[in-house]
Amino acid sequence: MREITVVEALNEALREEMRRDENVVLLGEDIGKYWQGAFKVTKGLEEEFGSDRVRDTPISENAIVGCAVGAAMTGLRPVAEIMFGDLVALAMDQICNQAAKLRYMSGGQVRVPMVLRTPFGAGGSYASHHSQSLEAWFIHVPGLKVVQPSNAYDAKGLLKASIRDDNPVVFCEHKFVYGLKGTVPEEDYVVPLGEARVAREGEDITIVATSLMVERALRAAAALEEDGISCEIVDPRTLRPLDEETLCASAKKTGKVLIIHEACDTGGISGEITKTLVRRVFYYLDAIEILAGKDAPIPFAPVMEKWVAPDEERIKKAVKEIVV
Amino acid sequence: MEDIEMYKKMLEIRMFEEKVYDLFAQNLIPGTMHLYMGQEAVAVGVCAALTPNDFITSTHRGHGHCIAKGASLKKMMAEIFGKKTGYCKGKGGSMHITDKNIGMLGANAVVGGAIPIAVGAGLSCKLKYPERVTACFFGDGASNQGTFHEGINMASVWDLPVIFVCENNLYAMGTRQSLVMNIQDISQRAAGYKIPGVTVDGNDVMAVHEEAQRAVARARNGEGPTLLECKTYRHKGHSRFDPAKYRPPEEVAEWMARDPIESFRDKLLDKGIPEEFLHKIESTVEAEIDEAVKFAEESPLPEPEDALKDVWVIE
Ligand SMILES: Cc1ncc(C[n+]2csc(CCOP(=O)(O)OP(=O)(O)O)c2C)c(N)n1
Ligand SMILES: [Mg+2]
Repeated sequence: MREITVVEALNEALREEMRRDENVVLLGEDIGKYWQGAFKVTKGLEEEFGSDRVRDTPISENAIVGCAVGAAMTGLRPVAEIMFGDLVALAMDQICNQAAKLRYMSGGQVRVPMVLRTPFGAGGSYASHHSQSLEAWFIHVPGLKVVQPSNAYDAKGLLKASIRDDNPVVFCEHKFVYGLKGTVPEEDYVVPLGEARVAREGEDITIVATSLMVERALRAAAALEEDGISCEIVDPRTLRPLDEETLCASAKKTGKVLIIHEACDTGGISGEITKTLVRRVFYYLDAIEILAGKDAPIPFAPVMEKWVAPDEERIKKAVKEIVV
Repeated sequence: MEDIEMYKKMLEIRMFEEKVYDLFAQNLIPGTMHLYMGQEAVAVGVCAALTPNDFITSTHRGHGHCIAKGASLKKMMAEIFGKKTGYCKGKGGSMHITDKNIGMLGANAVVGGAIPIAVGAGLSCKLKYPERVTACFFGDGASNQGTFHEGINMASVWDLPVIFVCENNLYAMGTRQSLVMNIQDISQRAAGYKIPGVTVDGNDVMAVHEEAQRAVARARNGEGPTLLECKTYRHKGHSRFDPAKYRPPEEVAEWMARDPIESFRDKLLDKGIPEEFLHKIESTVEAEIDEAVKFAEESPLPEPEDALKDVWVIE
């Protein structure tokens, strides 16, 4: 099968969904033909679908998301892009108070079928306003689905599923997942929201990893295999709703769990996964440990930036401390 | 809409609010309440220029907008009571009444929060329903929010069919307009976005209606948004139990003397509408409101577990 990057996979998902459903419209800063998206996810789409459906917006994050909310309530299926994940802070009212709650507060009268796409993640020396991973903010708001793909196949299938979903979805991309290549079929498929993926099967430990950390965990697991340690890797893919079954089944099987994410340690998704495992499979667990980003804003200088995020070496060390 | 119908709508709002105020004082209604009394000419004048398919967005002070757009008094009252039969099944209350079937996209309790939502509805109008427009109601206070500036700019640059209706009642809670902006006419802000900005006497329903019709016609013609500022005044405090002591008594007296309903009534009488006929309307409205209260009172409460419904769309 052909191999494409995550950016290409996302682009295909948008293109195919826009061909399939004329209600799908794109909103965002510099997503049109002049710039093609800060990370080129929307490349070529204005050329194919026109400026009515691919709309370059003013730099007005709150209005971008708000416009998507209003459009979604009235029959369109907007996909809004926030150019950098940290900037969701400017649109939090529209995401958390409006998109998430309007269905509920209207007693189920309205639907808000929109997707908010945004790239999180460190690694480019973009410093603290362009690098944080904030996916955990959104799982705390009932009414929002939260998706976080780690590879090309999932990126395409999850974005399609998100666009077709009638709930608002926060779609968390990662700047350094964008370039990862993977096999992606030509034909139409979706990856249903709320289903985790066992990215690697193993016996000795369950590694729950998200986003870019899946790639790092896979590399660490390959190296650990040579030391005789067999790692199972579970990628939740959707953070809300969380696939508790798959997580619990793997934890039960290995009895040892390491949860890895790039987002900083305090208040991250790891706390939520731990809660789930403790609630449901506590008596099967010998160990549960978290390896997350350091509790600091993402620094600029590459030496510091690299140090704050979990890397392959640190993953191997953490696994050995648990298993051996 | 005929002027008699407009008169009836204004009365519905006034009497609905008076009733709600009463019930509130008797502790029969939970939460807080932002009454629309005094501003009736704005909602009615604007909504009379709309069709049932057009969209509106509203604010914390939204009862008037709902009624003017044609919402059911019964379902509104039931919602305010927190009953299962209310518009939002008791999940929204006074500040979130929504009626999708008449294009009422919801009252909104974040000041300025609905402005970009109206822009999005305007985008749907432009792309999907070219014959429709969206009217967006908000207060003087809301016009200091970023959403106002972001939303109007976006609607302007995209020529969206949105009528931005600023109800300038001179106060945002206890904050006088002059304390927080150096202009008197908020419509001036339209110039910054190159859209028409109009200030109108918001207590004169026909004047509001005329300007609203002009703005709606522009919008339907694809000529883009208008900012329509309606100068008005709230008769009561900002919310529950607010005695509004921050307003000078002379100012209050001056505005109370310009009651939008009284003055419209006088005009109708001058036009030769028999007083008897107006009395009849008045008693009809009174009966409708009594019925709404009865419906609300007799309606069942939601089950506590209903709190978990409607969070998600589940296919
Ligand atoms: C974003 C936000 N800030 C503060 C409040 C609290 N609050 C509710 S109404 C209000 C005043 C709004 O004034 P205005 O927009 O003029 O509307 P009015 O009440 O006069 O109708 C305030 C500050 C809120 N609900 N939302
Ligand atoms: Mg005000």
